[in-house]
Amino acid sequence: MTNRKLVDARGSFCPGPLMELIAAMKAASIGDELEVLSTDKGSANEIPEWIRKVKHEHLETTEENGVWHVVVRKAK
Amino acid sequence: MSNRLSIMVVSGSRERLQMAAMVASVGAVGGSDVRVFLSMNALPFFVKGKGKDAPAEGKVGELLAQKKAPPFAELFSNAVELGDAKIYPCSMAMDVLELEQSDLEPYVGEAMGLTKFLDDASEGQVWSF
Repeated sequence: MTNRKLVDARGSFCPGPLMELIAAMKAASIGDELEVLSTDKGSANEIPEWIRKVKHEHLETTEENGVWHVVVRKAK
Repeated sequence: MSNRLSIMVVSGSRERLQMAAMVASVGAVGGSDVRVFLSMNALPFFVKGKGKDAPAEGKVGELLAQKKAPPFAELFSNAVELGDAKIYPCSMAMDVLELEQSDLEPYVGEAMGLTKFLDDASEGQVWSF
């Protein structure tokens, strides 16, 4: 079963949510999923850009009541 | 093309320190070889505990302090810890301010002279704040 870790970065501004994700990713195992919660729209765009650049996997981004849920998988 | 990102920080304004820290942290975690050189009015705000004293230039700087933006010191620390950035205080500014290495935040490395920084910066991008 895939592990999914929640990274609650609500209330923080760019690049805070990205930095919180990266810190969590360092502690995660390959194949783990991480779900970032962010109220910062810029970070919802920035995180997939970073994921693409460093070649992890962006699974989905959804928005609900002003909170973006960005789900990624550690690929390496 | 080199992926080195050399960042010279000389301003003591909150906004410029924040932008420099954003470039350093995002560049470093994106795989760039980030080198930061701290001099002039920027350096006093890298003395332990002094980062929050950096004055705002304008409205955005005031809002950065009121809202939950990550402080520039935290972002520079992220750049070092998560992205292996190197942060060097200017040896001249250290002398003028009569600072020792132990006076500075722990993520700041050993003092460096301008000649060495410029030599290292001869490849890749150079930014100044």
